[in-house]
Formats: sequence, structure tokens, C-alpha cells
Amino acid sequence: MLELHEGSLHVKEILAAWYDKICDKNYGAFIPFVGIVRDEDGIDGLSFDIYEPILQSWFDAWQEKAKAQNAVLLMAHSRGDVPNHTSSYISAVVSPKRKVALKLINDFVEDFKANAPIWKYDLIEGKRVYAKDRSHLLQGHGLLKADA
Amino acid sequence: MAKVEFLGPIGRPSLDVDISNLNELKDYFKEDKALQEWLGICAVAVNDTLVCDLNMPIASEDKISLLPPVCGG
Repeated sequence: MLELHEGSLHVKEILAAWYDKICDKNYGAFIPFVGIVRDEDGIDGLSFDIYEPILQSWFDAWQEKAKAQNAVLLMAHSRGDVPNHTSSYISAVVSPKRKVALKLINDFVEDFKANAPIWKYDLIEGKRVYAKDRSHLLQGHGLLKADA
Repeated sequence: MAKVEFLGPIGRPSLDVDISNLNELKDYFKEDKALQEWLGICAVAVNDTLVCDLNMPIASEDKISLLPPVCGG
């Protein structure tokens, strides 16, 4: 399940809703990861753009990988501005087995960072500044660049 | 006309182009110096699937998306 929210995530409500959804399904492990915006480098927060069609297909492919291991993935992400000390990202794995869930949450979050079509901006003095130096090139980049 | 979308921080309005493959789009953009900096780091999707082949045929109803480097979370 993939959820997109405007602004900061309501962490307690989201996690409680997910827990209520899965607690009677006989899963032995529910392993959430909550990303919280840190106050660093003078930023007031972060801001995000999302391209939903490719994000959904990327997520669906991961859900199939999880399903093959009898696990389920859950993810919520913010659009727009997210102030410091609030959350922009939650993902979780539920699984009958703890070890499967622990490995899956790590692999999923790593690939999320590298490939999910989301663009991050620092919020500095009311302006959105693209976090280019912290961003990851996607496969096939440079295809349309003119030959030198 | 195929539609070109400039996603995320590129900050340009979408564009309609009359092309039959991605090679022609590469040629269409070659004099756009400001865009060239983005094109060096952008991936390309056709109808929401990332592609790596300039010879890929493009039809008039196709959507081409340019995706700058990403960073979620």
C-alpha cells in the first residue's frame, strides 16, 4: 500500500492505522522505518515533488518481490513542505518471519533512495533549493544530451 | 504531437513535439544550452517506463518524461 500526503506525515495515526490493518493477519513481525527531517545546514525543512505514475509502478514491483516472500510492504511519503523535526517518509514490512522483514526493509529503503522518482529541496529562507548534490542519477541518464 | 514533460526541479512547462523517435528529440534540444545541463543528468521515460534506446519509435500520443536525479525520504 502506497500513500501520498500533503505536508508532514501524521506518524502516530499512520502507524496505528497500519497496525490495526495487519495485527489480526497472523504476521509475526511489523518493522516500520520512520524518516524524520533533521535540523542541519541551516535548513528550515525539506520539500518534495513526486512523479506518481512511476513511483506507483516502482512500488508495485517491490510489492511483488515482498509477496514472493510472504511479506507485505507499506509506504507513506509527503508532498510539498515538511518542517524540521517532522516526518516525510514511513515505510514498513510485515512478514511472518522477522529475518525476512529486517532484510526486506533495508533493501527496500536503499532502492527507494536510489530509484523512487521523488525530488528533494532544502527549505532555506522561504525558498526551495534542489538538493542536487544529495540526489541519485537514474538508469539511462544523459540519453538526450547532445554529443560533444 | 508527442508531449514532453520536464519533471521535478527542471521547472519548464510541458512541450508538444513532432518527432518519430528519441534521436529526433535529442536533435531538437541540441541548441538549447540551458537544457543541455539538465539533459546530461536526466533519465528518460516513455509512457512512464524508463528507456535507454535513442532509436525507440515515438508516436503522436506518447508521453516523454525527463527525470532529474532523485532523492526521496
